[in-house]
Amino acid sequence: MAQATSRRDALRAGVLLAPAYLWLTVAVFLPLSAMLFFSFLSAAPFTSANWHVTGLNYAEFLTRSIYPDLLGRSLLLAAIVTLACVLIGYPCAYVLARQVKGRAREALFLLIILPFWSNSLVRIFSWAIVLRGNGIIDHTLGALLPFVSVNLMFSYTAVVIGLVHSYLPYVILTSYLALQAIDESILEAARSLGAPFRTILFRLLLPLSLQGLAAGAVLIFVPVAGSFMEPRILGGKHGIFYGTLIEDQFVATFNWPLGAALSFILLAVVLVILAAASPILKRAR
Amino acid sequence: MNRINRRVLLGAMSAAVLAGSAGLAMAAGEIRVLNWQGYGTDEAFATEAFEKKTGVKVVHDYFTSEQEMLTKLRTNPGAYDVVLINSAFTGQAKAEGLIAKIDTSDMPNVKDLAPSMGQNPDLVPGGDVYGVAWTWGATALAVNKDKVTPLPTSLALLWDPQYAGKVSIRDDGVEAIQFAALALGQDMNDIKDLEAVKAKLKALMPQIKTFWSSENDWNQFFSAGDFTVSTFWSGGAGRSITKGLPVAFVVPQEGAVGWLDSLAIPATSKNQDAARAFINWMIDPEFYVQWAAKGAPSSANAKANAALPDSDFNKQAFADPAVVARVHFMKPLSDETRKAYTELWQDVKTAQ
Repeated sequence: MAQATSRRDALRAGVLLAPAYLWLTVAVFLPLSAMLFFSFLSAAPFTSANWHVTGLNYAEFLTRSIYPDLLGRSLLLAAIVTLACVLIGYPCAYVLARQVKGRAREALFLLIILPFWSNSLVRIFSWAIVLRGNGIIDHTLGALLPFVSVNLMFSYTAVVIGLVHSYLPYVILTSYLALQAIDESILEAARSLGAPFRTILFRLLLPLSLQGLAAGAVLIFVPVAGSFMEPRILGGKHGIFYGTLIEDQFVATFNWPLGAALSFILLAVVLVILAAASPILKRAR
Repeated sequence: MNRINRRVLLGAMSAAVLAGSAGLAMAAGEIRVLNWQGYGTDEAFATEAFEKKTGVKVVHDYFTSEQEMLTKLRTNPGAYDVVLINSAFTGQAKAEGLIAKIDTSDMPNVKDLAPSMGQNPDLVPGGDVYGVAWTWGATALAVNKDKVTPLPTSLALLWDPQYAGKVSIRDDGVEAIQFAALALGQDMNDIKDLEAVKAKLKALMPQIKTFWSSENDWNQFFSAGDFTVSTFWSGGAGRSITKGLPVAFVVPQEGAVGWLDSLAIPATSKNQDAARAFINWMIDPEFYVQWAAKGAPSSANAKANAALPDSDFNKQAFADPAVVARVHFMKPLSDETRKAYTELWQDVKTAQ
């Protein structure tokens, strides 16, 4: 009897899981496998008739210094953007989770999620209008302080601003969920024992919400390390990163195998970084 | 009796059908043109006028890249009678036996082609015509004429410290290298000193505000005042001026990077006479003046350009034959050279 039930449970679980895993197989696993295969070819099969299997695409990463250089540049950018998002987003999530209630919270949430509902290109191009010389910031500052001219467009700062804006909601949403789950009585106990806010923050709030914060940070770090659209549009000549280099292989030089190999190297490096960071996160719990 | 009648009737009908289809196949009443979509040959006024004059109907098929054009010629022998080929690809098409030698003796408009184009060695190797020069354009300097006075004459403008942070070029390695080579007085189609070109490009980077990649980019950045000095396409500059932007287009004394499109006849065409008549019509001033009114690149036919109204942008920009002579048409690039150029450009962009 018990066995029959568990078999039925397993069947039901299978039926419920099948669509998701079927979809993942078709939409993620197959294209990625094709790309992995391409990364070991001398030329993409649809551009050249005589292709052969080779490891040269991966070797090229080591033979030209611009690949590791740009990878380092992209990882640094990802670290800066992630840090900025955490510093801005975590306090915001704290206030939303523990201080604001009711309609005000809904309204504030809407403001955070709103950028998510707009097309990412629209977001970036609207930043271009704001940041450019003769743009909104320049005009406002010029009205307050004549002789001061700010033109942030086509700079590293512009890239960081655009990326932080795009990815900030991730860290707010994940931290919010973690902070909201903390039992209020624990905080009350700390307060009743005379703990100052600093102690509560570092001994209770941060450790208890670290998983949410870390999840948000990972969600930001990984895509930013491979970003190409924001750097290209907002960075101008300062927008040369690992992601734009990969994009060039696909759209400018039609070297799909090299582009695929560079992408998998990025994936491997990101996985190594995450693996190295996970014990630290575990210990903090 | 009845049965026999029916059989006779059926036989007669099928014979008539056969004769009809044979007639269709035999008449040279149709030529098939392979081109980019919306690029002159498929203008309705032009095909109607040609059909009225010759009784030959013009049917179109399109390609979206040079590689696709070559593939279509290779895989569909006999399907096309006229094909548009960029002069940088004519050599390859000829070497693969895809296009025929063209007898221009009965094409009266060919003698009016500008010599630098009609006799271009890529189109007319060893004196044999494999492509009739049709249209062309150039990438040269375009400046904000309100801010750059007097108008420049030299590519050195891009390196002029006065315009530091106010310069743009297209984010394209091959073109960037060609301009640096021209500025150094090298042959852009046969660069001998690539290291000097690299150094020249490195010196250009601090001047640059940003790169542009599309015509829309260019107009946007120009209007916003992001740059005052840039490289630009002749056709794009013409359209920007029409929009009212204060743009001046200059072909500098060192030269400009040009492209030249030709009309060719596939080796497998069965309607070569009609194809030659159509090409002759395509370089006719009468056709070109009507097309130019809708926005066309420069014609390779000197008489056609002369027939344009004086207000026409292409006529103004390329009125002087000395200017036209400074346009260097792009030669084919080998895959190795293209890769080397791309890598050099990546290095320069990364090293700033």
